[in-house]
Amino acid sequence: MSKLFFIFALLTLLLLGYALHAALVTAPTERTMGDVQRIFYYHVPSAWTAFILFFINFGASVYYLIKRNPTADIVALVCAEVGVVFCTVVLITGPIWARPVWGIWWTWDMRLTSTLVLWLIYVSYLFLRRFSSSGQTPTLAAALAVLGALCVPFVYFSIWFFRTQHPQPVMGGGGSIDPRMLHVLLINWLAFSCFAFLVCWSRYRLERLQRDVDHAHAMEALRDPRGKLR
Amino acid sequence: MTPPTGITRATLLKDLRLEWRSKDAINSMLFFSLLVVVVFSFSFDPTAEESRQIAGGLIWVAFLFAAVVALNQTWARELRNQVLDAYRVSPAPANSLFLAKVLGNFIFVIVLEALMTPLFIAFYRLRALGPAWQLLPLAMFGTWALVVNGTFFAAMCLRTRSREIMLPLLLFPISIPALLAMVQATTAILSGESSARFWIVLLSTYDLVFTTVCLLIFETVLNAE
Repeated sequence: MSKLFFIFALLTLLLLGYALHAALVTAPTERTMGDVQRIFYYHVPSAWTAFILFFINFGASVYYLIKRNPTADIVALVCAEVGVVFCTVVLITGPIWARPVWGIWWTWDMRLTSTLVLWLIYVSYLFLRRFSSSGQTPTLAAALAVLGALCVPFVYFSIWFFRTQHPQPVMGGGGSIDPRMLHVLLINWLAFSCFAFLVCWSRYRLERLQRDVDHAHAMEALRDPRGKLR
Repeated sequence: MTPPTGITRATLLKDLRLEWRSKDAINSMLFFSLLVVVVFSFSFDPTAEESRQIAGGLIWVAFLFAAVVALNQTWARELRNQVLDAYRVSPAPANSLFLAKVLGNFIFVIVLEALMTPLFIAFYRLRALGPAWQLLPLAMFGTWALVVNGTFFAAMCLRTRSREIMLPLLLFPISIPALLAMVQATTAILSGESSARFWIVLLSTYDLVFTTVCLLIFETVLNAE
């Protein structure tokens, strides 16, 4: 298990290094925006990774509500935590790019607003996990995750009524992208996904250990000084 | 055995009678939203034209904050003398209790809105330029959206640490689409510039989806230990 983990960590590190080089050196400079555009190779992969993690969180939460599987609960927790981190990266890199290109840090546009609302929903999920007493946390958190995920289409449709300033999606949208840029983007996405998986993996192991320790403490408390179960 | 509707009715009537005698929730909600109106009015001092643009946001923010006051009290009342535990071990369906609580809160907030709206109109010199009757279905759907999620989350926060803080933290993010729809629709009706139909349809869909899901998982949440 841990050997596999280290091999994967090494591979991820190499991939991240290669992706960094590709984004900063190999990728052609954008004609109108210049080098600022390179933040795109971090912004977009982070967004995709965050959305995938939130989706896994939703799946794991539904599975937990049906099967009461503790592993599903840990997966949901880990995905929400790492997803919030990636979503934060999206929300920070976006304004850094927007300031020189649009001339403003922030605008209440559809994609920006819906990403922010998504971030708020999952932060409230993490708050709930922190504040509720341990025995019922998994159920409550799973219920909130289901409601939060159902909220996403409503967020999207309600904000759709506003004017859209964000560039059209590069995949499946009307926009066009240089194939070399697309290549770098996909490499970065792969690297980011591997990195996210790596972080989730180590966080999963940590959470497992934490629960084992808590369980051991609970068992210890049940014993009397002579080492027998009461 | 009492049918589920009987249980809902009994719980609802009990809550209404309690409220009628104590008037705790409605008084604190009324005073709270009055404070919001006055404070906002001092900080903006709007003209009639400006207030048409901002009133939608103001009204609903005031009602949302006031509703949290009532929502925080709904379940806390049942904790005394282990009423909720007694309910959980009884064969009565959990959803009957949930529906009774939602209906009770719905009535409280609607009464609050009915009492506060004239005050808003007077303080902000409001006059709708669009079809004013649409405000009625909008208030119904909007209040239901706040109350159904609010009651659900209040039950969820019941056994968490610092319960009063947790409720808004959970309720507000999920309510953002509903709140946006309410505010936009109110502004559209007041200013008469655009149609509020899209927003009302969106709100009713939101109500339908969230009521269904809350009913589906409420029992799980109530019995979570």
